[in-house]
Amino acid sequence: MNSGTTAPAMRGYLRKDGRKGIRNVVAVAYLVECAHHVSRLIVQKSGADDVHLIGFPGCYPNKYALEMMKRLCTHPNVGAVLLVSLGCESFNREELRRTVAASGRPVDLLVIQQAGGTTRTLNAGLERVARMRAELAKHQPVPMALNELVVGTVCGGSDGTSGITANPAVGRCFDWLIENDAACIFEETGELIGCERIMASRAITPELGVEIEACVEKAANYYRIMGYGSFAPGNAEGGLTTLEEKSMGAYSKSGSSPISGLIKPGDIPPRGGLYLLDVVPDGEPRFGFPNISDNAEIVELIACGSHLILFTTGRGSVVGSAISPVIKVCANPDTYDRMSDDMDVNAGRILRGAELDEVGREIFDLVQGIASGNLSKSEALGHQEFILTYKQFEPIGPACLPAA
Amino acid sequence: MSSQDNGTRLPPLLLLHPDDNIVVARRDIVAGERVELDGESFTIPAAVELGHKLARRPLEPDTRVLKYGAPIGSMKTRVERGEHVHLHNLKSDYIPSTTREWTEGQPEGLR
Repeated sequence: MNSGTTAPAMRGYLRKDGRKGIRNVVAVAYLVECAHHVSRLIVQKSGADDVHLIGFPGCYPNKYALEMMKRLCTHPNVGAVLLVSLGCESFNREELRRTVAASGRPVDLLVIQQAGGTTRTLNAGLERVARMRAELAKHQPVPMALNELVVGTVCGGSDGTSGITANPAVGRCFDWLIENDAACIFEETGELIGCERIMASRAITPELGVEIEACVEKAANYYRIMGYGSFAPGNAEGGLTTLEEKSMGAYSKSGSSPISGLIKPGDIPPRGGLYLLDVVPDGEPRFGFPNISDNAEIVELIACGSHLILFTTGRGSVVGSAISPVIKVCANPDTYDRMSDDMDVNAGRILRGAELDEVGREIFDLVQGIASGNLSKSEALGHQEFILTYKQFEPIGPACLPAA
Repeated sequence: MSSQDNGTRLPPLLLLHPDDNIVVARRDIVAGERVELDGESFTIPAAVELGHKLARRPLEPDTRVLKYGAPIGSMKTRVERGEHVHLHNLKSDYIPSTTREWTEGQPEGLR
């Protein structure tokens, strides 16, 4: 399917690294929980929808968190960054600031202990944000093509309808995006347990297939040690019985394209194609569950460069995200009837006779509409959830990106 | 078929793959409802909600349950055709499922 006649023209903000952003956001980033409130005040009092709050709560150093914050602060949807530090935390604020500055973005750092406390930092922050927004307002968007787009997908609140309606419909959309050379990312290897062999057979090289099977085995071991699979009570109430059943449904989000690579949080797909994101930490379980909630997965998809997120839900999630718009694809027609204000797409109508391709096409067009500047439902409702916690990863091996 | 008719005229049971030994409820099904499956008509013994699974044929303990043509776990007890297949009679072959009543590693009602 070509880029279509009904979808609006996409446009983006060109960044120094050649990538384009579909939004031009000012990110206000707290570098420890102790700076969270002041940062939140800056965002709230700025009164602007395009000022987003992100941050890392921990006081102890963590390589993953630093790399994630670098990727997020230099994400193409981000135009400028204000860093807010308490002062005594161990986050490497200077390295983060240098990285953002090197990306050509306006960046500023406020240290609360040096600025003189809450009110002085707030006032300084508001003044900096206003200046950054004035600067960003001068940016003119340029035309953007599908092959410059990175789209991530996640499911949350899955039920017995997810794998029949919303997930395969997103899969169709993914197939068409990839035909147009976009990069598409699916994830949560802990929710692909049981699909490892089928998935490995779709890898573009046998060595990548081996890596995929190994990463799902890693996920199964990790979750076994944690004592819980990635399976919530709502999944069971919605008719899902086992983790592998949930996996098979989740897997259909990936569509039918060959799998071009296995990446980890912060790795940016080198070209168009389908990529699997391994979100389960390496080594012995150390900091807790791989992803404590859906937004932790969304943040990792965004750190891999996702411009927007296709979020499928059966039970009915309402979340959005900072930085990248979230499109809600509702799997369950009864949930849609109850929560339609939060849902962009009613994929549950497939159960009432609509064609899968018709819904897939609607999602495909919607992706281009959101990338042309239209707001998604969660975006318009002000959802800008964000969560980042401790993790550890080893770099991906040479077999993981065969075409690179 | 219009997509606006709530699907009430569509068959209530959905077979996702020819190899499957379960079917999925396309909408809420009430106890005693007459349904057609594989060319035969029979009565659903107990209510089943949208998205839940029912046995396509009698299933013995340890039978691999197939959905989308893929294994999704094994039966713990025997069920008859049309019976609800869920946590009480189907278990994961990987990691046990969690419910809100989860204690000491087993869902209540399964202990």
